[in-house]
Amino acid sequence: MSEAYTFAYLDDATKRMIRRALLKALAVPGYQVPFASREMPMPYGWGTGGVQVTAACLTPEDTLKVIDQGADDTTNAVSIRRFFERTAGVAVSEHTAEASVIQTRHRIPEKPLSEGQILVYQVPIPEPLRFLEPRESETRKMHALEEYGLMHVKLYEDIARHGAIATSYAYPVRVEGRYVMDPSPIPKFDNPKLSNNPAIQLFGAGREQRIYALPPYTQVVSLDFEDHPFEPTKAEAACDLCGATESYLDEVIVDDAGGRMFCCSDTDFCASRRDAGHIGRLAPEVVA
Amino acid sequence: MAMTEALSGGFADAPTDAARAFRALLEAMARPGRLQRLTQATPPAPLSVAAGTALLTLADSTTPLFLAPSHDTPLLRDWIAFHCAAPLCAPEQAVFALGRWEALPLARFALGTPDYPDRSVTVIVELEALEPPNALLSGPGIQTVQAAHLPEIAAFQANHARFPLGFDAYFCAGTRIAALPRATGVEAL
Repeated sequence: MSEAYTFAYLDDATKRMIRRALLKALAVPGYQVPFASREMPMPYGWGTGGVQVTAACLTPEDTLKVIDQGADDTTNAVSIRRFFERTAGVAVSEHTAEASVIQTRHRIPEKPLSEGQILVYQVPIPEPLRFLEPRESETRKMHALEEYGLMHVKLYEDIARHGAIATSYAYPVRVEGRYVMDPSPIPKFDNPKLSNNPAIQLFGAGREQRIYALPPYTQVVSLDFEDHPFEPTKAEAACDLCGATESYLDEVIVDDAGGRMFCCSDTDFCASRRDAGHIGRLAPEVVA
Repeated sequence: MAMTEALSGGFADAPTDAARAFRALLEAMARPGRLQRLTQATPPAPLSVAAGTALLTLADSTTPLFLAPSHDTPLLRDWIAFHCAAPLCAPEQAVFALGRWEALPLARFALGTPDYPDRSVTVIVELEALEPPNALLSGPGIQTVQAAHLPEIAAFQANHARFPLGFDAYFCAGTRIAALPRATGVEAL
């Protein structure tokens, strides 16, 4: 740990401000609490909101895992993990079960979370109604009055145009029958994991200066219609590395002739399955 | 003597003590009614260790604090001024309120507005003990039901009925702390 920084980078006054916002966010699940987001030593869009929430929650005893679209080894994940190794001296891990704090960009790990774990989401646009109503003064009033008809109109327009709800990520949810919330741009495949989760789920939007939260075991329902029920979707394939059929898959182009493969977006899930002997269609053991 | 007492009892290592204390406060608020331990500060009587630690972790010069008559002593005023610098205020302006349950003027606290329900007071209530349970809690943070000890039932039922407006409460006894956010439903046991 670098001695030049206070524990977890942020000064104590900033952490207190973020911590107060986090507690109010837990008290009113799904409501977006404004907070005085700080400049962080990384650009907006790289998870400055998530980093501030993580910095406010970390203790020296924590083990941190950082994922970017499910992967532990991409630039965003590696740089945030290094940042906290350097400024907080915490242990890090790539294994979901070993981590007490997991910061994530746009995925929920495949392995079910447990009590004692905290999942921190990086959020670009926290306001689910923003693309329907650009004025903050209006969206705030819509939340206050539970006026969510516009959101259903948007989903209905999807059905009118495409025959089904075409929204595939950042799919809006209703929290405990009250606030409509943006679950961050996770694929709608992950939406069911938001509900009744034993872990604490915290959402940080740095540029937009909002924090919101889901306490454990909170009821989270994806918006839908009786005749067009919500459906979590994924590619109709198995992972070509580990053979998993139940995980969310990335499609990867492998040559110039239209060749492609599917593999688990959750790298830890895929690696632990391969370690356990599961083999997919294009696994190195098969291809060699 | 009184002077040194007001100056001592703070965090030994502020960033890490506050981090550990906040984790307990976060877990408490996320899982209503479940007991957590707070031991990082040693405030002067009548303030409990848990309540003193919660104040040092959350309150500062930007958060007006209402001290109920039960806790409005010169020594405590000095201790709070030195360690948190929280300005003391009337109940209407309070971001935090501290005292025994009977001494808190509930009707005068800010409960948030429909646009900004977060702009409400957090009360830190000093109790003799956090048991035996006299209430059943349900709602976000609770898998089925959670037994808890509350100083009163009706006030918290009324508070929950106002959701998303309302106050949020921490209950402290010695080094133990539990929370009751407004989102939690309350029934007498």
